[in-house]
Amino acid sequence: MTLQDFALSPRRIGAILLRHLYVLRSSWPRLVEMAYWPTMQMIIWGFVSQFLYTQTSYVAQAFGVLMAGVMLWDVLFRGQLGFSLSFLEEMWAHNLANLYVSPLRPAEHIIALMAMSVVRTLIGVLPAAVLAILLYKFSIFDMGLPLLAFYVNLVMMAWGIGMLSTSLLMRYGLGAENLVWFIIFLLAPISAIYYPVTVLPAWLQPIAWCLPSTHVFEGMREVLFHQHFNLTLFWGAVGLNVIYILVGLGVYLIAFRSARERGALLQMGE
Amino acid sequence: MSEPVILVEGLSKRFGPVIAVDELSFSAPGGTVIGLLGGNGAGKTTSIAMLLGLLIPTSGSIRILGEDMLKHRYRVLGRMNFSSPYVDLPRRLTPRQNLRVFATLYAVADPTRRIAELGEELALNEFIDRPCGSLSAGQKTRVALAKALLNRPELLLLDEPTASLDPDTADWVRHYLETFRKETGATILLASHNMAEVERLCSEVLMMRRGRVVDRGKPADLLRRYGRANLEEVFLDIARERGHGVAAPAEEAKPEAG
Repeated sequence: MTLQDFALSPRRIGAILLRHLYVLRSSWPRLVEMAYWPTMQMIIWGFVSQFLYTQTSYVAQAFGVLMAGVMLWDVLFRGQLGFSLSFLEEMWAHNLANLYVSPLRPAEHIIALMAMSVVRTLIGVLPAAVLAILLYKFSIFDMGLPLLAFYVNLVMMAWGIGMLSTSLLMRYGLGAENLVWFIIFLLAPISAIYYPVTVLPAWLQPIAWCLPSTHVFEGMREVLFHQHFNLTLFWGAVGLNVIYILVGLGVYLIAFRSARERGALLQMGE
Repeated sequence: MSEPVILVEGLSKRFGPVIAVDELSFSAPGGTVIGLLGGNGAGKTTSIAMLLGLLIPTSGSIRILGEDMLKHRYRVLGRMNFSSPYVDLPRRLTPRQNLRVFATLYAVADPTRRIAELGEELALNEFIDRPCGSLSAGQKTRVALAKALLNRPELLLLDEPTASLDPDTADWVRHYLETFRKETGATILLASHNMAEVERLCSEVLMMRRGRVVDRGKPADLLRRYGRANLEEVFLDIARERGHGVAAPAEEAKPEAG
């Protein structure tokens, strides 16, 4: 093996991005669908927040805590789905063999899927964020730079989980398709999205702290309640994300090799 | 003497206890058309998948265009290409969009011009901007062939290139492949169970049965050896274990479905 065998090509990564952008461009219902659920959630939780604002002191301290939670959770959900769905589209299309008989490296494919997850989160969450400004005069962008830190950490976690769920697809084929949709919801209760991690039973709290998302949502509440960006939480999330991505990458490459041993790349599909 | 474009030695693939391909060895000099001929489960698709690097062999070696495919496949993947009726192009994309994506993957110089050339040669232009999902089988085959020819491959691997096509379209595809080979000097490996196709296109035929090569030779030599009028009769002799050079049967096997 030489370095040439591992060289990454921005051109080939761009080719995979182009393939998915063509799909998005060709179907406006898809674009609407991507923005639909985040917007719906934001509207529902926005009204709930407005109600609670008048009822409880907890939320009264930071009107947007629930709405920010909803939107940032959607970054994680859409990010993971954006990664895995882009891979699933190749399976549905019976196109994986075409891709992998071309000079495309698995690492280039992964980078393209990561980029698509960013595109899909932006398409999904930005309209909801803008609508929140118009409906409730709540701007998530008021968080400033910390928002960028939260966004980056959640997207990184989405990539790690996305690589794991895509590995399941490579191993079990479309039989594992439903896992892609709900795998992230398994993490929702212990991600401390809408409540502090201290609300969880004591034995569950250490597990919750193993999730980068828990650090992000705790950090988000500190910004909203105390206007303080907690660097310990930030670096905790970054450290965990590095581990998640390395583990995800390792599992993906093992699953890819296993698929090549079983001949699954040629036959994977509906 | 230059190295053959394909050099396969002792290639085997096992799926658990099942032997899908058993000690396959052959070589393909540049500019030839080699046919892998055999019935369902003979090991043709499995063999092609191993040559493409989609499937890791259990044992054996593969050298393509002078490179060891098991170690350095990325050095040659850009110089070869592949088409199969079992592999589709994304249905939501138009042929033009699909060809643009693959032209970028293969680093085709001036992709717009190359796509226009192929559009002309393969008569794609009347449907080149329609979604692939709306095309007929014949149109899809031509688009798949255009994708396989985008990078002007030195080695073209075709798995049943005329399967499910009407006789007119199938004849058109065969004629196109003959012309392509003559004009470019490319080497073609063709897997088929269409005897007429193999007889017409191939300079050498490997007859496969249940993972093993049971006979090989030029089509005319095979006809002479078996005393038959066409390859279909030779195929039936082999399939029914008449004639000579026939191996003991093994279990059928295919790569695992996902």
